[in-house]
Amino acid sequence: MNLLTAQAPVRVPRSGKGLALGIWRLVMVALVLMLSLGFTQVAVAQAEPDREMRTAAPGITADQWRQVRSGETDANFRDSRHDSNYNLINASGETWRTLRNRWVSPFGLIAVFGMVGIITLFYLIIGRKELAEPRTGRKLFRWSLLMRSLHWTVATLFITLALTGLNLLYGKFVFRSLFGDAFWGWMISASKVLHNYLGPLFGILLVVLLVKLLKDNIPKKHDLQWFKQGGGLVGKGHPDAGFANGGEKAWYWLLATAGIVVVASGFVLDFPNYGQSRDTMQWANIIHAVGALGLTAVALGHIYIGTVGTEGSLEAMTTGYVDEAWAKEHHNLWYEEVKDQAISEEEVAARKSGDSSSDVSASRPS
Amino acid sequence: MAQMKFMCDAERCIECNGCVTACKNANDVEWGIQRRRVVTLNDGEASEMSISVACMHCDDAPCMAVCPTDCFYKTDDGIVLHDKDLCIGCGYCLYACPFGAPQFPKQNAFGERGKMDKCTFCAGGPAESKEEEYQKYGSNRIAEGKLPLCAEMCSTKALLAGDAQDVADIFRQRVVHRGHPDGAWSNNPQASADNLAYDAARKG
Repeated sequence: MNLLTAQAPVRVPRSGKGLALGIWRLVMVALVLMLSLGFTQVAVAQAEPDREMRTAAPGITADQWRQVRSGETDANFRDSRHDSNYNLINASGETWRTLRNRWVSPFGLIAVFGMVGIITLFYLIIGRKELAEPRTGRKLFRWSLLMRSLHWTVATLFITLALTGLNLLYGKFVFRSLFGDAFWGWMISASKVLHNYLGPLFGILLVVLLVKLLKDNIPKKHDLQWFKQGGGLVGKGHPDAGFANGGEKAWYWLLATAGIVVVASGFVLDFPNYGQSRDTMQWANIIHAVGALGLTAVALGHIYIGTVGTEGSLEAMTTGYVDEAWAKEHHNLWYEEVKDQAISEEEVAARKSGDSSSDVSASRPS
Repeated sequence: MAQMKFMCDAERCIECNGCVTACKNANDVEWGIQRRRVVTLNDGEASEMSISVACMHCDDAPCMAVCPTDCFYKTDDGIVLHDKDLCIGCGYCLYACPFGAPQFPKQNAFGERGKMDKCTFCAGGPAESKEEEYQKYGSNRIAEGKLPLCAEMCSTKALLAGDAQDVADIFRQRVVHRGHPDGAWSNNPQASADNLAYDAARKG
């Protein structure tokens, strides 16, 4: 524009018409000035095609599309969205989608339902593990009220998180068509809210539980033998076990590793207010899903062994006491240490109804 | 049935943000949400290039595939819409979307994002009444026989909206006119066909 206005006055006198007489003179000057502006523009463009070629924006090249595809955002990248930290094409989104929908989703289902199948088969073929010796009726104190409360709180939270998490991954394939949109909308919304608010609580309590159980779960040499004998399934006799046997320790360390990873990735997903990027959350989501589905599958094993799978186990976590016969069979090394502390059922009842202060510390190896 | 598509001709886009403004205006989108954005690469360099992006109403939409509530659906015109009553604001559609189209009014602790909002191709969404539809999703210009306002307002006609076939025809004419050897799109499997157009343009 500057170029054109600079040239215009030079051209005006050449046309000559601008010098007409009368009161129209001024109007005509203005008119011609405007007309000549238009002609000048055409003249310049036609006169210098090479110059036009040089200054024209080049066509978009393959390099630019390659740049888009790579997701690269350099210092000269602009996005008109006010707080956007996105690139033009989020190529990692497709990777995330494939990982989640093609791998995590089907294999998670196989893991969880596979575990249900294995446990059912195990129960039907091998059956419940009954106590080898008859109960003596004398009880050993195993879990304090605090530990039992902690266990059941974490367990309830775990089950809630597992069910809501499974609903978030698989619910739409089952419940939407089953219940209709109104109920499904409420159900999935409640799942998300429960999952997001209870998750952090679970994480904190899990850490507390892990810290309190650490000293009972230090791996020992006899744990290896425990695994070699499949926890007593393979070979004769029951392998040695302290307060916690090899299987319990494995579950402990799985929670202490994979569990913490699931909790940590959950925190990444749950607090978008810290502005973590899409890519970070994609990976956090995959890690969270893989870890959580794995833990859910293993937890089914833990639940089975702790309830219907083994006679005498559940009462440890409900009453806090176990029978001598159970302790001797499953935790022989612990039994040797605490056998002189065994009490009768009447004494247990007396303790429970009366002075609860003695219910604080379990008889554990120090 | 039509297959509605957007296409932004990056060689025409002048980064005026008219589409962004038109969209905000047409749909009365809530504060902080901008359904359409203009991205500029290599700003200020000779290779500068701008492109207007919003929901591209994908054939195989990743948002639909990953949504835990299954709140997305495709209209007969190939427009990807979603039901805000079902949306739980989990953010998965945002992780998956290639174009950064889904947006959330909030970004708070405990994954509180509010209901997702995105371009509707000016086709509204599921609602009981017109008022509710406008309030939740913005205008439904498609129901009135009009195309999205962003494309209609585009000053250079860089942003095209309409049936995929029509959009492709317009763009193909431009390509012929420009005489690009690869049809302006790199790695185009149709490059050899477009080369004919290139030669034709050169001769003329």
